[in-house]
Amino acid sequence: MKNLDSVLAAYLAGWAIFFLYYVSVARRMNALREEIERLKSSLNRGK
Amino acid sequence: MLKTILGAAILFVLIALTAYLAFHYAPVEKSMGIIQKIFYLHLPSALSSFVAFGICFYANLMYVFKRQPKWDWLGASAAEVGLAFISVVLVTGPIWAHPVWGIWWTWDARLTLTFVLWLLYISYLLLRSMLEEPDKRALFSALFGIFAFLDVPLVYFSIRWWRTQHPQPVILGGPGSGLDPRMRLSYLLVWAAFTGLLILLLNARYKLEAMRASVEELRREAEVQ
Repeated sequence: MKNLDSVLAAYLAGWAIFFLYYVSVARRMNALREEIERLKSSLNRGK
Repeated sequence: MLKTILGAAILFVLIALTAYLAFHYAPVEKSMGIIQKIFYLHLPSALSSFVAFGICFYANLMYVFKRQPKWDWLGASAAEVGLAFISVVLVTGPIWAHPVWGIWWTWDARLTLTFVLWLLYISYLLLRSMLEEPDKRALFSALFGIFAFLDVPLVYFSIRWWRTQHPQPVILGGPGSGLDPRMRLSYLLVWAAFTGLLILLLNARYKLEAMRASVEELRREAEVQ
């Protein structure tokens, strides 16, 4: 089928952008969650 | 972690739904053939980016008038999510254009203004990353965001106002435009799925921005101690 490879390339690229963006948000959230825990425990130690 | 997995699962279901509608339910377009299937990813992404930038614009205005951090968080979140959607538009557009126009890109009004929109919101996020003081960052980026949004109506109306390589609108495009009923139904369902995706991403990104503010607050407390 003519141009099917272009259609597949567009869908793969498009959904890869959304998926990678979602993964990047999740990873940044995990890093911040860990930092919040670390800061809270260091503040508690300081009290 | 559970929420992340749930989010990824929702994303997967949306991918499956759009693929089914685009490839099995909607008919093949007569003049362009199978390449027109990119329409079901390209157009909903474009409209979702406009919605995200509209949310950003509203949040920026609210921040300027109310000076509440939640509007700053919403503005930053919507800008980044809108940028993801407009990036999909800029990637899928040339892949669609090449077999149909014989070129990947041309500097016509629609394409150029879309590229400018992408650059404007990249600049918005860069500006935020360069300013450390939270109030200054929020105000300056809100003002810049209000300015950046001016490009959205220009992108939308460019194909109506100027002669462009980009095709004329098929939805709300006036006499002679329109879609086959199955194409229209597929398009509307795909757009509904994309609205769900927009809400999912915006919700996750807003939580991230709120957590970032908590970290800044805790850091300040730690410095005082």
